[in-house]
Amino acid sequence: MQLTPDEKKMLRGGDGTAAKEALELQIEVGKFFGAKRLVPVSNVHMMGDIEVMGDSGKAFLERMSQTGAHCAVPTTTNARCIDFDYVAKLKQDPNEAAKEKQLIAYLRKMDVVTADTCINYQTLYQPHRNEHVAWGDTGTVIYANSVFGARSNFEAGPAALAAGITGRVAEYGFHLDAHRRGTFQVNVKTDLKDFADWGALGKLVGEAHQDYFAVPVFNGIKRPPTSDELKHLGASLASYGSMGMFHMVGVTPEAPTLKAAFGGGKPKEVVTITSRDIQHVYAGYSAKNNPLNLVVFSGPQQSLFEMKNLARLLAGRKIKPGSHLFVTTSNGVKSAARALGYLEQIETAGGIVLEGVCFYILQNIGQIRVQNGWSNLVTNSAKLANIIGAHKFNTLLRRTDDCVRIALTGEDA
Amino acid sequence: MSRVRGQAPMIRVRRAFGAVVEGEALISREGFSPRYDLDRWTGLISRPGHALEGHNLKDKILITPSAKGGIAAGWAFYDIKHKGIAPKAFVFGVTNPVMVQGAVFAGITITEGWSRDPYAWIRTGDIVRVDPMRKTLELVKARQ
Repeated sequence: MQLTPDEKKMLRGGDGTAAKEALELQIEVGKFFGAKRLVPVSNVHMMGDIEVMGDSGKAFLERMSQTGAHCAVPTTTNARCIDFDYVAKLKQDPNEAAKEKQLIAYLRKMDVVTADTCINYQTLYQPHRNEHVAWGDTGTVIYANSVFGARSNFEAGPAALAAGITGRVAEYGFHLDAHRRGTFQVNVKTDLKDFADWGALGKLVGEAHQDYFAVPVFNGIKRPPTSDELKHLGASLASYGSMGMFHMVGVTPEAPTLKAAFGGGKPKEVVTITSRDIQHVYAGYSAKNNPLNLVVFSGPQQSLFEMKNLARLLAGRKIKPGSHLFVTTSNGVKSAARALGYLEQIETAGGIVLEGVCFYILQNIGQIRVQNGWSNLVTNSAKLANIIGAHKFNTLLRRTDDCVRIALTGEDA
Repeated sequence: MSRVRGQAPMIRVRRAFGAVVEGEALISREGFSPRYDLDRWTGLISRPGHALEGHNLKDKILITPSAKGGIAAGWAFYDIKHKGIAPKAFVFGVTNPVMVQGAVFAGITITEGWSRDPYAWIRTGDIVRVDPMRKTLELVKARQ
């Protein structure tokens, strides 16, 4: 790889051992993918919590913070595994909560902004077209590439921290024009009305094309989607298909036309999605004769507009006794929802609103499931419906209104 | 698929990182995620219904067509390495950057892409060698 004089100095240890170690990691990864050079990044978003990294990852962060590691560019954190106000209520492990606090202190010492959100692209930072960033959670990356036209690969926690410290990433994958062109076409011949419909579209397309370098081009979308709708689509595509980018003709910046989205190339395949296909997704989920007593709005965290909608649906009502309704969001959104009265409406109905976390990675979630006797999890997030199975939940993807109705009555349609 | 015998098969991999390793193959036609499929305390592939359910990853050479899972997988390799339950190598058909970043961070050998179908040549329990410098995957000794 070609290195600049500054990078050569960094590699010699001229900027400290942490920067040297970080750059060495980046160069090895870059070599693997055939990167020719590094490119500067302006913003970093990293995943780092005790549930995902364990004791060894925490020890690594401690060592890095002690060697004077320091982020050279603004670096924020993704959703984590503990909302400290709910440790006792959720019967989470207090020892792990203490570790999480230490870990947050190490990150702050390195100048990491512990914002703890997976919707940074809605609440914290909106990169412009062609801006290089280094983001992780997958949902943030696909949104950055697709909706903003910014450039990022999936950056795992340690890789994102390395990018924060060096202010660079190796130039491969979605940093290069060659990988940003559409590879296959998806004709959408149905109206998508709910977030769950957008997620179902992501599931259908992602599951059938599991490839990081596959870039679907959506054509025929009838109504300009909102940020929250694109969020649910992107999170689902990234989750089911491991995809990092999509185009939507007439909507996303690199797809003013179908032709432009393919960059002069031809689609390898053309698929069509109809309302029957979306219905088929919903029909594929079953309660398996177990109670529908857990409804979760998470993965990604809820925006203020999603909070407002939930407050409207829940206002003056009560969740069925014995049932649980969880919402996860960021500290910023929860604070705003409190000021606007949405939080009170959700909580008065019996909903639990957690901040700074994702339901999927909650510390001790497997045990929490067993303790509460939960079998089914109902959600409007196709992503959550996909990944929470790892903790042995049976999931049901349902539209937002249906999710709320299930929380109130325990009955599926 | 029937097994081709009487030759010394060598499969070329497209991309590679890490040390030369030799060990027992664990081969699956199903993709792999250290988050969705693995018990990160025992090394057992634990997800009900996974093609390798019940197998232990420790010291194996995992041959799998694809990477599953998101960003959280990036810390998981370092975690299992420190718990002493990591495989010797990951041999992927196609992978994503998270797996590569995670393996490089943990110092675990990883490769992507294969010049010929490994399922015709390699079975679980065979001894195989991965050489990242030469970019090869070789059958050393077939399981009896």
